Amino acid sequence: MKQSNGMTLIVKTVTRISVWLILLYGIYIIVHGHLSPGGGFAGGVIIALAFLNVMLAYGRDFIKLWINIGFLHDIESSSAALFLAMGILGMAVGGGFLANFISHGKLYHLLSAGTIPFLNIIIAAKVSMGLFVVVWTLSIFHLDKGGKEE
Amino acid sequence: MILPFLIIIPLLAAFLISLISGEKDNWAIVLSILAVISLLVLSLFSFFTTGKDTFVYEMSGWKIPLTICLVQDALSTFMLVIVNLIALTSLMFSVSYIRHYAGPWKYYALFMLLITGMNGVIATGDIFNLFVFMEIALFAAYALVAFGAKAEEYEAAFKYAVMGSISSTLILLGIGILYAATSNLTMANIAEVLPTKDPRISLWVAAIFLTGFGLKSAIMPFHAWLPDAHSSAPAPISSMLSGVLIKALGIYAIIRIFFNVLGAPQAFLTIFMVMGSISIIVASYLALGQWDLKRLLAYSSISQIGFILLGLGIGTKLAILGALFHILNHAVFKSLLFYNAGAVEMAVGTRDLRQMGNLKKAMPVTSWTSMIASLSVSGLPPFNGFFSKLIIIIAAVQSQNIIYAIVAVIGSLLTLAYFMKVQRYGFHGNNVIQELKAAISPGMKSAMIILAVLCIVTSILIIPGIREVTLDPVVSVITNKTGYIYEVLGR
Amino acid sequence: MTVYLLCFTLLLVGLYGALTKRDLIKIILSLGIMGYAVNLMIILFAYKKGASFAIMVKDGINSNMVDPLPQALILTSIVIELGITAMLVALAIRLFQKYKTFDITKIRRLSG
Repeated sequence: MKQSNGMTLIVKTVTRISVWLILLYGIYIIVHGHLSPGGGFAGGVIIALAFLNVMLAYGRDFIKLWINIGFLHDIESSSAALFLAMGILGMAVGGGFLANFISHGKLYHLLSAGTIPFLNIIIAAKVSMGLFVVVWTLSIFHLDKGGKEE
Repeated sequence: MILPFLIIIPLLAAFLISLISGEKDNWAIVLSILAVISLLVLSLFSFFTTGKDTFVYEMSGWKIPLTICLVQDALSTFMLVIVNLIALTSLMFSVSYIRHYAGPWKYYALFMLLITGMNGVIATGDIFNLFVFMEIALFAAYALVAFGAKAEEYEAAFKYAVMGSISSTLILLGIGILYAATSNLTMANIAEVLPTKDPRISLWVAAIFLTGFGLKSAIMPFHAWLPDAHSSAPAPISSMLSGVLIKALGIYAIIRIFFNVLGAPQAFLTIFMVMGSISIIVASYLALGQWDLKRLLAYSSISQIGFILLGLGIGTKLAILGALFHILNHAVFKSLLFYNAGAVEMAVGTRDLRQMGNLKKAMPVTSWTSMIASLSVSGLPPFNGFFSKLIIIIAAVQSQNIIYAIVAVIGSLLTLAYFMKVQRYGFHGNNVIQELKAAISPGMKSAMIILAVLCIVTSILIIPGIREVTLDPVVSVITNKTGYIYEVLGR
Repeated sequence: MTVYLLCFTLLLVGLYGALTKRDLIKIILSLGIMGYAVNLMIILFAYKKGASFAIMVKDGINSNMVDPLPQALILTSIVIELGITAMLVALAIRLFQKYKTFDITKIRRLSG
């Protein structure tokens, strides 16, 4: 079996159904980061694992057809710069670096706690894209072919 | 105030470089030079106008026990000037040097992360924040050591990464124990609360921190990663690692924690003196037998850090003045020596001293600056190395530690010996080399000339009128623990 | 007290693995074990007897909470160790390409 063609039919069928549930679970943990445990980093790792699931089940060529890795790299760098921009915006409004300058809202509601939901989403974007691009780059090297690059 | 900008500017530059760079590196060079020049201007401005005052910046507008604070006092300003100056000369040197490697824009992004980490370590007042910024700087350092994609570089980077990771785990253990004892993370609060707790906790934590930060600053017996890492890295990265990284991450953290937080327990000052003198003698002997030029310079770095640690261990005001001045001097002349080694390697094609020859006619700038740097390291007047070593030896004699003074003198003589070996084999050899493999660009030459001029100019920092403005406030910050607590907390 | 001694034993197990194993991958795993031990110890420092979780709920059943600051500390520490492990694995792959072995007694071109 060629290595780049992915796994068996059963794995592909189950992945096709379950990867959407994994993505939904990750988004839930990110959005409710200020109300329950989790937050940006944990949700970001779960979303990265959803992408990784597709890559393991269908092979690397499938990912190369549908996703542009340069675009993921751009999302990663720009979300990091956006995090710093939120910090500088907090400084410009007058509170100090990374101050919480949006109104805090009502307690226990989804749209409360100021800038924290936005920072959660930004961190999740960076972590998920970063982790997926790292694992993608590590999987370029084939150890069993005597160390030749693809 | 300038404190948050010291961290924002290089971090923003790193992310923007990684966003907008394609195959060519023109935008990367422009962004990084702009960032480093603005950092240097900010630190020189604060050094010359408000050098004696202390500024505290609390992040996010919260008050001190609940938030991360950035503290800038005389010691921080002094170290910031050194770091940003060497970073600017390293960037000038590496503009044409990195064109020989693959993917040059990655180098600039990692370099900006390195500067972020070092500035963050120096500017912070919170002990866990120090750990986080130290890890940022170390990531960039591991990746930069392995930048050339040769087999030896990967081996050196792996060794450095494993040993650095063990020491970081130990430092985290020390931070956890300190938090459990005092339930505070701000360094000034810990310094206030720690004398009321069990005195054995201070000794345990001091031992753990000495092991962890000692490995970062390459004190013997924790030095084993340094010769491989500093000889395999590209030349501007060797100069950054050996000139500022082992001082900003290792020696600065040791000074801050041992003198300002833990209150300088006498047992550990004696341990500093012993480890410093072992570093001086053993590293000098090991350097005498090396034939690889950059490996010899790496062992010489270990030896000079031993001098700094010896000065810190003696503990009097004069000795700490000598150690601080030696930090500045060593950054200047060791960077210059690594630039010379890089230029020679690019021109001749090898690092082995036995295969070099007479380079005086073909590379005049490199020969003259390496002569100036070698005389500085060995400690000949009127260069700056003479004054700092003399102050350390006089302080050792004045505080009745005659044996350590003799050790320092022997170390200086051995340093002179192996640098004369470098000069004789590397630059005044037998066969005259006429043509070079690659030309030395004006950027590299100007970086070397700037540092050679600084070798002579920094001697004036020891004249008594100028010393009160520049170096004495730093010494008083180090030796005054209650003053540090008062400045940060206001009580 | 025994809990902290067990955490310290886990740290020593990781240190033993990092010092004596000859395979690159086993060294990386041992460094991971050391990191887990220190994170566990920091979390255990935050526990108070009879206290409940550190989340505010609407009917206010927990007035006695555990300390939430070490939880933020170890989250940062876990992220840092993830990055270090990724870099070490990338270096191990490149080392295998150049030296054709994972054995550290054979990867020894730099010495002296």
